[in-house]
Amino acid sequence: MDIVKLTLTKVPDLYLEAENVTPDHFAGKTAQQIGELHVHLGNQTAKISDYFSVEGKGGETAADTKIVIAGPTDKVKYIGMKMTAGEIEVQGNTDMYTAAWMAGGKIHVKGNVDSFCAIGMTGGEFIVDGNAKNYLAASYRGDWRGMQGGKVTVKGNAGSDTATFMIGGTIDIGGNVDVHLGTHAEGGKIIIRGNAKGRVGGQMVKGDIFVLGQVERMMPSYILKGEEEVELDGKKQMFQVWIGDMGERHAKRKGEVIYGKIYVPTGAGETAAPAIHTEKRKKLTDKQIEHLKEAFKDQEPTVQQVRTYIYDTFDVDMKPMQVSRLIDGIKR
Amino acid sequence: MSKTVTDVICPFCGTLCDDLVVVTDDEGKKILSVENACAIGAEKFLHSSDHSHRVTRPRKLQEDGSFKEITYEEAIEYTAQMLVNAKKPSMYGWSSTNCESQSVGHEIAELCGALVDNTAAVCHGTTLVAVQNVGIPSCTLGEVKNRADRIIFWGSNPAHGHPRHMSRYSIFPRGYFTGKGQKQRKIIVVDPRCTDTSSLADVHLQVEQGYDYELLQALRAAVRGQELTGDIIAGVPKEKVYEAAEMLKSGRFGVIFFGMGVTQSLGKDHNIDAAIMLTKDLNDYTKFSIIAMRGHYNVTGSGQVLGWQFGFPYSVDLSRGFARYNPGETGTIEVLKRKEIDAMFVLGSDPGAHFPMQCVKEISKLPSVAIDPHITPTTSICKVHVPVAFVGVEVGGNCYRMDNVPIESRKVVEPPEGMLTDQQFLEGVLKRVRELKAN
Repeated sequence: MDIVKLTLTKVPDLYLEAENVTPDHFAGKTAQQIGELHVHLGNQTAKISDYFSVEGKGGETAADTKIVIAGPTDKVKYIGMKMTAGEIEVQGNTDMYTAAWMAGGKIHVKGNVDSFCAIGMTGGEFIVDGNAKNYLAASYRGDWRGMQGGKVTVKGNAGSDTATFMIGGTIDIGGNVDVHLGTHAEGGKIIIRGNAKGRVGGQMVKGDIFVLGQVERMMPSYILKGEEEVELDGKKQMFQVWIGDMGERHAKRKGEVIYGKIYVPTGAGETAAPAIHTEKRKKLTDKQIEHLKEAFKDQEPTVQQVRTYIYDTFDVDMKPMQVSRLIDGIKR
Repeated sequence: MSKTVTDVICPFCGTLCDDLVVVTDDEGKKILSVENACAIGAEKFLHSSDHSHRVTRPRKLQEDGSFKEITYEEAIEYTAQMLVNAKKPSMYGWSSTNCESQSVGHEIAELCGALVDNTAAVCHGTTLVAVQNVGIPSCTLGEVKNRADRIIFWGSNPAHGHPRHMSRYSIFPRGYFTGKGQKQRKIIVVDPRCTDTSSLADVHLQVEQGYDYELLQALRAAVRGQELTGDIIAGVPKEKVYEAAEMLKSGRFGVIFFGMGVTQSLGKDHNIDAAIMLTKDLNDYTKFSIIAMRGHYNVTGSGQVLGWQFGFPYSVDLSRGFARYNPGETGTIEVLKRKEIDAMFVLGSDPGAHFPMQCVKEISKLPSVAIDPHITPTTSICKVHVPVAFVGVEVGGNCYRMDNVPIESRKVVEPPEGMLTDQQFLEGVLKRVRELKAN
């Protein structure tokens, strides 16, 4: 297998779109030819060699090509988009759409990835050692086909909207997930080894979700069916099985209605604390108001000035309306 | 003596009332009175005709924080240079202007490889995302007036946000098949708070803040006659959920109106997704529709114009020469937060007052132009502020009502002398951009 090593030499001032960085595009090319391929930054088009140093050469076919990417690639999008074979190893973090619409091969990111990674994936393997953000292995906007095949493994946490419209394949998350897991799913298998924030399997038609930690609040439209012994990671374990989503359409097979299933280990249960969305506190303490009075003494500040001052000094993001009320209050 | 203009369109909210009567002085320069409008709409007309407090020429921010008056030509030059030199400019707003101006603006965006986004980004954008996922069974407000006998207000408070909505379309009017008006209708309000709208409701479901999705899915299951888990569902007793489901199924024609309470609370597009699916489910039993309570008077129009020109309703990224779309990546708040853009153009909107502080600070650092008849938080942080004539008061143009019905707005009075309209200013910028791009 031939190895191409890309090292980011110049950090882009905006974000770089590098959908040409795939074994499919690199196969059969020399280092110089690879350097000539395009990357995009806003409305500008540049060459890979403008931002990366290229060593090695591509193999004869995509399957024979391995790409190793080094350097601070936090601002590089679309790495490995639509790749069908070969291997990519990223030593740092990547931005959005890593492994998007991937059909085969393997991508291993050793750092974190951003949102929309592995969307519409149909095959291959995607491994992330760090965390993933939102819309991991989901569908593109408006598409009813999310992840269809392959395997996604995230060792850290994943964000919200993971596996929306999933119809096949496997997702394995080592940590916790945010809200909306497996929404609209019609197949596939999801394993969450940490906790799920809630709204697990909303509008799910079919498929299996394993939450080995706790579900913060189960959807009211799921019904506890009983306990079942299921094999997971080659080990038999007792699980509580919840079926649903009762508000959604379900097909029949051999006279039996097929529901989506959520498996929670027996004894884990729900966490008692309600999952209230916590926001930054929007009120100032008396001490902070005194401070503010002092700062704007003998002045007629505009709302925007005060708002900026509050944000900078107290790290509180207030609405202009609140600020103007506050100013009125202080004046009185 | 005075002149009376009838059938004037109100350029305030998405209800786009079309029955206003405006009385002006003889020369058509000053508005004396406005009839039929709500308090907010009337104030918009009267306020705009008082020229004493208005900025009538473009202003440029100086280093010491003061503004210096410049000519329209200088403003056009600055805007064109800014857009042409940027690698990824963003053109945001478009909701408080007419469709003609939007169309010219999009042409500039296409030439400059810009992002085009409208205020749906902080408003009903999530609705549009949900519509793309599951479709939408909708109708016009005329149908609501004449047929609807089940009305749901979910996370919206029309008594304050759309003051004439209830009297013209949803609760009180007597229509062709709804001759008894309010007596014939059942009103359900879903809101965590008690509001002036909820005081008119037959059933007020006080949902727990941020649990609309759970309640919607529970309602869907209840409509199907399924069991529900738990006695209290998202803060609402189980019996009340079943009662509401029965009330909806028993109607002849129902409508769900929904607002910011669901589109911008936890879940966002998933809430609307579930609400649309509830509408679809209810169509197995009776006739049901769903309508978004759009805010600005022409935010729907912006979605329409972007839709027919680029195929996507908001957050369109034209930087690569073809249209791409993915809210979450190409939305204005996201790109400002991630520092993905290098110039900001705002027209007919006020991100300074509505965006998170982090984004507002980012705007103030970038080269920026704000086009707005008023002085707003946005115009005070942008490098150049270009005042223009009020659309719907001083210049006409096409607007779309919240149910996607186009209505031509009317000119009532003359703008202050020498002031340009949005469209004229944008055409000037377009001409200059073409010249710069040709070289």
